[in-house]
Amino acid sequence: MTPELFVQYIFAGLTYGIIYAIVAIGFNIIYNTTGIINFAQGEFVMLGGMLAVSLSKLFPLPLAIVLAVLITMAVGALIEMVFIRWLDRPSVLRMIIITIGISILSREAALHIWGESVRSLPYFVGNEVSAVAILGARVSPQVLWVMGVCTVMVVALSLFFRHTLTGQKMQACSANRRAATLCGINARNMVTLSFMLSAGIGALAGCVMSPITYTSYDVGPDLAIKGFTVAIMGGLGNSMAAVAAGLLLGLIEAFSISVLPLAFKDAIAIGILLLILFVRPHGLFGKKEAAGLKEF
Amino acid sequence: MKKVLNTVMATMVAGAFLLPTAALAETIKVGAILAVTGGASFLGAPEARTLEMLAEEINAKGGVKGNKIELIIKDSGGSPEKAISFAKQLIEEDKVFAIIGPSTTGETMKIKQIAEDGKTILLSCAAAEVIVNPVAKYVFKTPQKDSDAVKWIFEAMKEKKISKIAVLTGNDGFGSAGKAQLEAAAPEAGMQILASEVYDKGATDLSAVVAKLMANKEIQAVVNWSIVPAQGILAKNMRQAGWDVPLFQSHGFGNIKYVDASGAAAEGIIFPAGRLLAPELLAANNPQKAPLMKYKADYEAKFKEPVSTFGGHAYDAFKILCMAIESAGTDREKARTAIENIKGFAGTGGVFNFSATDHNGLAHDAFAMWTVKGGKFVPYGK
Repeated sequence: MTPELFVQYIFAGLTYGIIYAIVAIGFNIIYNTTGIINFAQGEFVMLGGMLAVSLSKLFPLPLAIVLAVLITMAVGALIEMVFIRWLDRPSVLRMIIITIGISILSREAALHIWGESVRSLPYFVGNEVSAVAILGARVSPQVLWVMGVCTVMVVALSLFFRHTLTGQKMQACSANRRAATLCGINARNMVTLSFMLSAGIGALAGCVMSPITYTSYDVGPDLAIKGFTVAIMGGLGNSMAAVAAGLLLGLIEAFSISVLPLAFKDAIAIGILLLILFVRPHGLFGKKEAAGLKEF
Repeated sequence: MKKVLNTVMATMVAGAFLLPTAALAETIKVGAILAVTGGASFLGAPEARTLEMLAEEINAKGGVKGNKIELIIKDSGGSPEKAISFAKQLIEEDKVFAIIGPSTTGETMKIKQIAEDGKTILLSCAAAEVIVNPVAKYVFKTPQKDSDAVKWIFEAMKEKKISKIAVLTGNDGFGSAGKAQLEAAAPEAGMQILASEVYDKGATDLSAVVAKLMANKEIQAVVNWSIVPAQGILAKNMRQAGWDVPLFQSHGFGNIKYVDASGAAAEGIIFPAGRLLAPELLAANNPQKAPLMKYKADYEAKFKEPVSTFGGHAYDAFKILCMAIESAGTDREKARTAIENIKGFAGTGGVFNFSATDHNGLAHDAFAMWTVKGGKFVPYGK
């Protein structure tokens, strides 16, 4: 393998990987505050992309993206308030069924609003054929946008959780919800906030990736499956581990193509998921003891 | 008040008794199984719209031989499993006269036998030759054959002095049928397939596989065979990587939306398709010119989107069915035989000449080669 080809595979892998990681972080944020997997996470990515495409016809691109993210966050909050908030001590199973229902509902709604066509935002810089040369490989500028925006998001999120009061309150809820409530933290508001946050990052990822991958009403489930794989791989609830696992999976997929036919790409991803579930059910970076305390 | 009501009731009852004798004609139920949503929606959606438009038009004129057409459109989402259950439902419960569709080859192959067993005419809008070869008594198809598409592509390649190619196909029925046709026809045409890759029909990025193929400097051209948005993604990934070998697509590329979605990267793509993409360029005495111009104008005025070859396949299917009913009446067996006797019907896919052994009716010249220039389909010049 030539060095150029090697770099080309690395970039392809990192592009998939970082998108998987963002979806996985969305899963983790909600999992940490509620203990459930929100299977509608992929739909947030879809909504962000679709809204931005529609709004970009009315507003300049940056404003359209900001609005799309804000609207998706509002939708996330609304979903939580309508479907989750009023439930008193819901079972994990019930919550999962609810989120699957929300996922189907938002997909159908998107189908009625936008129709069945694929759409995409214009490339932020350049067009469909432009490329930047990096170490002999040619990479679309949009790939750099995806990596840049996603990296900023990851850093900003980790700063938010560590250094702001609200972030710490959310962490407190995830550590021990009852104790947090006793300290005067409104746990229900934190849950709403977590839905808004994960809707927001999903939507932003949906916007930056749409020129590369296109977006349509039904992109959600595929993303959710990959994001879920990554979240499990890293260890549920651990966002930094999700980033590592996401990049790892992306790179494995990209390099698998170099030796095996393309058709095996997804089989490899699922194979790895199964292997991890057998060998390290608490994830590559998770602690066995911590996993033992969780309900799910 | 009661009296008035009684009179009304009496008239209604009388009316109800009178109706069947007054109108001898019946309503003909026509089923349609189309991929209106999902990955193949660029096929199914224009097909469904076309059928609605045509049914409305013909019913406004009083129907076929006085029989109104009742369309029952089922959205399969491109899934063979759904197509199977819809086919059973349409045949057993709705007892439809005929079924138009499905949109994709995979679905059609799964319901072929169901239509045969149910003795129901099936007019498929899917392209692969395996649908009508070997011939099944009740199964017809309107798109041009994939084996002809392969011939056109290889001829265009020979002119460009291309002999070493890479083949990429989607993992659906259309893709795998196309792959088989390409591999079968390659030796005779003097083509050497150096690499062959299959991608998921939901693929969103093909840059890694492009990198792999690009490393093989001997490849002179790429043929892609699918009906999903990945057609555009492949074009983008190839051009971004700076790989400028010619890209050939199948006749599954005949919807301008694929071009819109891949923007500048679609420039120069070469593919075979019917003449519907630019009927205005046809000679005035060409039998296809008038019907194609009318369909294009009607469709574009009604749905505010450019016409595609896929909607055309449904147009042909519907017209063929109407012609059969026109000449043979509402007897299913007679109508089936009538389709086999249709000769010289100028549709969107070409001029159809059916027979007992040819349930497609289209010849090699039904195709023309097209290319993309300035974001539009234009005839591919020599």
